Amino acid sequence: MTIARYTIGFVLSLLLTIVAYYYVVARGDNPLLLIVLAMLAIVQMIVQLVFFLHLGEETGPRYKLLSFGFMLIVLGIVVIGSIWIMVNLNQNMMHMSPSEKTNYMTTQNDQAF
Amino acid sequence: MNEQAAVFNRTTVGFWVYLMTDCVLFASLFATFAVLRTATASGPSGHEIFELPLALTETIILLTSSYSCGFVLVGMKRGNIKQMMTGFIATFLLGIAFLSIELSEFTKLIHEGHGPQQSAFLTSFFTLVGTHGAHITVGLIWLLVMVTVLMKRGLTDKLRRQITLFGLFWHFLDLVWIFIFTVVYLIGATL
Repeated sequence: MTIARYTIGFVLSLLLTIVAYYYVVARGDNPLLLIVLAMLAIVQMIVQLVFFLHLGEETGPRYKLLSFGFMLIVLGIVVIGSIWIMVNLNQNMMHMSPSEKTNYMTTQNDQAF
Repeated sequence: MNEQAAVFNRTTVGFWVYLMTDCVLFASLFATFAVLRTATASGPSGHEIFELPLALTETIILLTSSYSCGFVLVGMKRGNIKQMMTGFIATFLLGIAFLSIELSEFTKLIHEGHGPQQSAFLTSFFTLVGTHGAHITVGLIWLLVMVTVLMKRGLTDKLRRQITLFGLFWHFLDLVWIFIFTVVYLIGATL
């Protein structure tokens, strides 16, 4: 744990954040946008895990790495599973155009309150 | 391994496991946001209300406070109380700056009628970003408590342990924010 390591992590994170920001500002309509942003965020996550949270520096049983891996599995199931199921539901339940769907949901919303 | 080091190791692992469960909490809020992103109920969508330059400022502020928190941890390792205090003050001020920007954004949205009750999208937005903000608030209170103890009793073993855990907590919140910045602001502003 030295200040040099923190500085490397800080500069790398700053660069990745600014690249992501200007990518959106300059090329917001790019079809690859989602993938590029996801990659940049994941790279920054790894940078911060290594340089700030010191993951992988454990000696002996690697409990931190193990629980982190388990968390990633749960996270993947929750996030990917929810999006997958809900997109399917929307497609199967509502044979409406987007504007019809908005109208329908607004009426439902008004009735509820 | 002596007794002191064993206790230190145990608490760090225990706190790490807490952070992982907190990650799962945030994961469910992220999933909710991703699913409800388009459920705007005729209200505004992301690109109409998000101000990207403001979100970038928040990101840079939080990132810098994560760095200054590292300054505290390195200072503690060297036993340099002065460096620790400088780091603590910088981290605290940056945290306050971050919170003020976030709260002013929330106030502005609610003032314009885009509060959490307007649409499912806004509910999920306020819940996700607000939960992160609540964590930051707790972190700042924790920081003040540690600074008080440091000034009164000096650098005890117990305080060393707490500062290490606080470091993990603060870096972790910075990491969660990176995903809020990417998923909510950057992706939300374009789609």
